[in-house]
Amino acid sequence: MKKQLTIAVSGLNNTDNPGPGIPVIRALKDWKGIDVRIIGISYDHLEPGLYMHDLVDKSYSVPFPSEGADNLLLRLEYIHEQEQLDFIFPNFDAELFTFIKLAPRLEAMGIKTYLPELEQFEERQKYRLYEYGEKYGLNVPKSTTIHSISEVPEVLKQFEFPVVVKGKFYDAYIAYNQEQVYSYFHKIQAKWGLPIILQQFVYGNEYNVTALGDGKGNTIGAVPMRKKFITDKGKAWAGVTLDEPALIDMTKKLISASKWRGGMEIELIKDKNNKLFLVEINPRFPAWVYLPVAAGQNMPAAAVKLAFGENVNAFTTYDVGKLFVRYSFDNIVDLSDFQKISTIGEL
Amino acid sequence: MVMEKLRYERPVITTLNAGVTNKFGTKSLHAPVSTIDGVSVKEIIAKYGSPVFIISERKIRQTYREAYRAFATRYPKVQFAWSYKTNYINAVCNVFHQEGAWAEVVSIFEYQKALKNGVEGKNILFNGPEKTDDDLKTAIQHGSVIHIDHLDELYQIIELSDTLKVRPRVAIRVNMDTGIYPMWDRFGFNYESGQAWDAINKIMLTDKMDLVGLHCHIGTFMLSANAYAIAANKLADLALGIIQKHKKTLEYLDLGGGFASKNTLKGSFLPGTDVIPSFDDYAEAICSTLLNAGFTRENLPLLILETGRALIDEAGYLAASVIANKRLSDGRRAIVMDAGVNILFTSFWYDHRISPVEQAGSQTENTVIYGPLCMNIDILRESVTLPLLKKGDHVVIHTVGAYNMTQWMQFIAMRPNVILIDEKGQTHIIRNRETVEDLNKMEEMPEHLKSFKLS
Amino acid sequence: MRIKLKSNIAVSDNGFVFDPATGDSYSVNPIGVDIIRWMKTYDTEAEVINQIIETYDIDSKTVEKDLYDFLNLLQNYQLAENA
Repeated sequence: MKKQLTIAVSGLNNTDNPGPGIPVIRALKDWKGIDVRIIGISYDHLEPGLYMHDLVDKSYSVPFPSEGADNLLLRLEYIHEQEQLDFIFPNFDAELFTFIKLAPRLEAMGIKTYLPELEQFEERQKYRLYEYGEKYGLNVPKSTTIHSISEVPEVLKQFEFPVVVKGKFYDAYIAYNQEQVYSYFHKIQAKWGLPIILQQFVYGNEYNVTALGDGKGNTIGAVPMRKKFITDKGKAWAGVTLDEPALIDMTKKLISASKWRGGMEIELIKDKNNKLFLVEINPRFPAWVYLPVAAGQNMPAAAVKLAFGENVNAFTTYDVGKLFVRYSFDNIVDLSDFQKISTIGEL
Repeated sequence: MVMEKLRYERPVITTLNAGVTNKFGTKSLHAPVSTIDGVSVKEIIAKYGSPVFIISERKIRQTYREAYRAFATRYPKVQFAWSYKTNYINAVCNVFHQEGAWAEVVSIFEYQKALKNGVEGKNILFNGPEKTDDDLKTAIQHGSVIHIDHLDELYQIIELSDTLKVRPRVAIRVNMDTGIYPMWDRFGFNYESGQAWDAINKIMLTDKMDLVGLHCHIGTFMLSANAYAIAANKLADLALGIIQKHKKTLEYLDLGGGFASKNTLKGSFLPGTDVIPSFDDYAEAICSTLLNAGFTRENLPLLILETGRALIDEAGYLAASVIANKRLSDGRRAIVMDAGVNILFTSFWYDHRISPVEQAGSQTENTVIYGPLCMNIDILRESVTLPLLKKGDHVVIHTVGAYNMTQWMQFIAMRPNVILIDEKGQTHIIRNRETVEDLNKMEEMPEHLKSFKLS
Repeated sequence: MRIKLKSNIAVSDNGFVFDPATGDSYSVNPIGVDIIRWMKTYDTEAEVINQIIETYDIDSKTVEKDLYDFLNLLQNYQLAENA
């Protein structure tokens, strides 16, 4: 493997609801023995990472995935000509589908990625999670998809209040009686359309695990975390690594059954009987991925190694009781930087 | 020394806001499309007028062969039937018939078109909820298969069968839950409730007609190939039940159509080209299900497909011209074109791709595109990033071959020429533009209204 | 000129305009850059139109219409005001 790598990273939105780009870059820069040049990929002229010159060596604007995979690829070809990319690390949920589709064409250009298969990506979607749990033998709170309000009374017989009323992709409300279910159904339908998901509400504490699968069923890394402080947007502001084998076991079971490839974040709830429920799978590393790095598991670097076919031993330990505490910082930027990225698309 | 003058482009200023789509790397979206199959769009417009629909014969054949290959390499007996309602211009139909497609019709009007095109009755499938006694008699006497939609139609055929010398050949349309919403349960007989099985038994027991196939059509613009696997499985289950109970082997299973074309549905985040399943995806779902359903080699049914949109949409283009540029009160740019929703019905549900014909500058602007009608709803695109077009410039609207040349209306303006570019690059009018005489010909004037005086 | 560019508005060669009074920034195409600069040098719209016709391959009727639209936009964005 080369000692110098050029890696493109997106998700530079290091705002109060941060993307994973900057933490991933920090992880890659920590990689001992490998000199990494970082190319920022940006969708917005004001992504803070664009202006963090100590972490991001050069940045390029790229078109939104909504402009089509072919246009994104054209732009990446141009960037590749300038920078000779070795690897691309996409970090936005909205771009993953497109990058998974583009992966073989990027590979043919000599650019590696380390992403889940399209079917792995699709089957863990929120509205299919209950099915997913049944398929892989994982505990997922009971949920059902409904297309018409007339189904509500019959369907509710399978649930105990409270239930969570969710949109296909966004929005969730907790309903304590049938009238509230009706009202949230209408609310979500008006905003996001059908179908609506009804899910059994589970009382308990929420836990998160950052993990890396090698596509063959092996768990290369897994570090659990409990949020200690949450912003008014529901994002972790502080969190601590845990020693809880049950969380790791559930993660390993999931990765082993699904043969997940790439980084992921798993959200779990433990109820009062100590029973664990899987509530969400994010198909990428989370914004708190630098905590596992600092605790001893550099999963972003391991993902790149795996992509290059290197033999990677699974991490076996990590520091328990490591905390992250996020902070915000006013980076002072010259107008000429903003002018460059917004007029020529490069910085 | 005389300096050569620079190419002119309209001056424009745009705000740089956070979250605005950036313009870098989107060049191919705005690249001019000056030719179609090697023929100059400007010359087509000069010769045939603007707007003008353009059909590429080469693209139709290429798409048809791709679809046929996807199915025929996976299943031994495959037959396509051209869905007339998608585009029933006779020349278009005949390209499909030359490629080997039968005809699939949903009215006696389409049925007569198919007959006049030279399709034999046995190669016409007659779908749809409305068939009169006369319609049914015509189809039965020509040996076509009637796809029965409801019980009233079944009884209608039973009654007719006594008066006819020919034994009717029928199939029933089955509707079912394939996990797709909305479920199209208004057509045919339901699978889950047992309606379909009841209807089958009724037909077998009356012994007044031959049940030769089963038909379903689960929806339109289906983005899930898997729904077809479910549909194939349910049809196969019924067919196997008929073999078991009535010792009768059906000739065919008709999986209908509904395959998506490379258009982008309104409200979709990713463009259609990135998300729609390929013919191979649909074929894999259907063929592997049928092959594994439990038929023996001898009783494996013919697989019929009636896909329309996915076969013709990309072969159709609409060339049009810019009539005017406008600035709306909120600062947005607007363009008025000479083609509107009257002839481009599909702009109600797609964000059609639109390309300039002439080379334009690299500067682009977010634009609303209006049609020429004096009607507020006449909008082709609410928001599209386009180079700076000026009056008289031309554009090509892509992927318009399906449903526009059948659902268009003669409203305010008349319908334009439709031309076909053949495989050698020759252009042919395949439907003439309407004239006032054409339309007036159908009207009658009562004697007392013939004259008037105005001052 | 019917309208006048505000004195603190400048345009860079690559078409970046920053309005120090509001903090808004804008992007202008190359001919727009020329026009903004000519607005500062010339007194009348006729002179600016002349410059455009001399530099670009275009007729005066089109230029007049487009310039009018462009000046309206500048005014709309409060980058220019009535003279």
